[in-house]
Amino acid sequence: MQSPIPGALARFQDAFALALRAPEARPAAEIAALAAQPAFAVYRNTVMKGCIDALQANFRAVARIVGEKWFRAAATVYWREAPPTDPAMLDYGISFADFLERFDPAAGLPYLPGVARLDRFWTEAHAAMDHDALDPAAVAGLAPEALAANVLTPHPAARWAWFADGPIYTIWSRNRADQPFDADFDWRPEGALLVRPRDVVEWIALDAAGCAFLDACVAGGTLGKAAQAALQAQDDADLAQLLATLLKAGAFRKYETQ
Amino acid sequence: MTTVLTAGLGLKPQHYDAALACPAAGLWFEVHPENYMVAGGPRLAWLEAIRSIHAISLHGVGLSLAADADPDPAHLARLAGLVRRIEPALISEHLAWSVWRGTYHPDLLPFPRSSEALARIADNISRTQETLQRRIAIENPSHYLKIDGHAWDEIDFLAELTQRTGCGLLLDVNNVYVSARNLGYSADAYLDAFPGEQVMEIHLAGHMPDPNLGEELLVDSHDAPVAPEVWALYARLISRIGTRPTLIERDDNLPDFRTLLAERERAAAVLRAPLSKAA
Repeated sequence: MQSPIPGALARFQDAFALALRAPEARPAAEIAALAAQPAFAVYRNTVMKGCIDALQANFRAVARIVGEKWFRAAATVYWREAPPTDPAMLDYGISFADFLERFDPAAGLPYLPGVARLDRFWTEAHAAMDHDALDPAAVAGLAPEALAANVLTPHPAARWAWFADGPIYTIWSRNRADQPFDADFDWRPEGALLVRPRDVVEWIALDAAGCAFLDACVAGGTLGKAAQAALQAQDDADLAQLLATLLKAGAFRKYETQ
Repeated sequence: MTTVLTAGLGLKPQHYDAALACPAAGLWFEVHPENYMVAGGPRLAWLEAIRSIHAISLHGVGLSLAADADPDPAHLARLAGLVRRIEPALISEHLAWSVWRGTYHPDLLPFPRSSEALARIADNISRTQETLQRRIAIENPSHYLKIDGHAWDEIDFLAELTQRTGCGLLLDVNNVYVSARNLGYSADAYLDAFPGEQVMEIHLAGHMPDPNLGEELLVDSHDAPVAPEVWALYARLISRIGTRPTLIERDDNLPDFRTLLAERERAAAVLRAPLSKAA
């Protein structure tokens, strides 16, 4: 238990932590003699650099798009607002995409928050629980009526999203894979699916029907319900093709008869 | 089978394949457990593959043992899970704090060595050792600040922690050199007074002058080869206390694996010297 009346150690740590994050504030008496030493900057710089490095490693496509200087300036603002809470820094930046949405200097780059969401998806897929992906052959033999009553559970590493505002998948995947990034693509809505059926995170473009289908699956709906959701999202969806694509990608881990 | 750990290397993702293929006898690898606190995926698979060939040391940075707070139970549980999975040869943490009131500061922060701090840290070490069911080693930190009001000398403080908790010590010779230079004391005298029988592991690393303050302030940067002065301190230490598992710690400005292996071989040669004397 932390004692209700802070002892000397706790008071020291309160003062030290504040001086690390707010150099402009007048340091508390407990650490005034320390904050006045030039060496105090070593701690301040190490803490800030550690956080910004971690964020840059976790948001590679965002960093490539905006360049290192812009990224690190934005990351500094984010760090002041949302310092890490967990020493496992792979998780740092969970709210970074939301931050970019309301970060004024990013207003001219409306696709940036979406790209940040896909960077975060990559990390989640990379660190997700291991599981064998469902073998497409296990489903191939079933009659359509039998299939419709089944539930397909998405693979623990599968992450997907539909971006109605623009070609987020194209922008993200080109930058994540360090491919040339030019304006050579159509400005249209796009979705993305990230999977890790084995060791490596893989990704494909996914249409609105596919995203709606997976949303229904993760909510526990039968394949029949998921198919309805897919057709609602996109009335010309080719369901057989969609299911084959998702199975081949390794988007599911198992299916259960209801 | 008991493997005798000689000199080891920090394991970096860039070197996974080379580490896996390296047959050097007595070689071991150290990682920060915080980088492997994941549910699954290639990181754990790599670590387990390397563990099947070489011993692993888990060197934590996130328990924040010197904070005036209990270790985070969730973090401790994840660490315990990793310990069960990897069965590390060594487990260590720092005489420092990094998590405070829910915020993680990725550094090893100092504190005044008071009796209050001693009691709190001893309690935190004991909780950790009980949860892990393992003896852990506590590392001496690098110092940059002149803190008035230490009630305890650092060596006495560490020795008292070993007495109260049964923990061991991780002696970072580069930290001793850097701290002695920054605060103005004798690194030789510090090492001579260090309780050698409690040392479970030794760290060697490179340092750099502070970019703004120059030689006046050395920074424990882990981005350069081990300095000649640190090698000399290390050889003298080993001749006094005998061999201990010794890590070449390199985190930044990473050279290729062969270069690190050559530096590791230099430590291994120092470790062979007392054995040949004894033979």
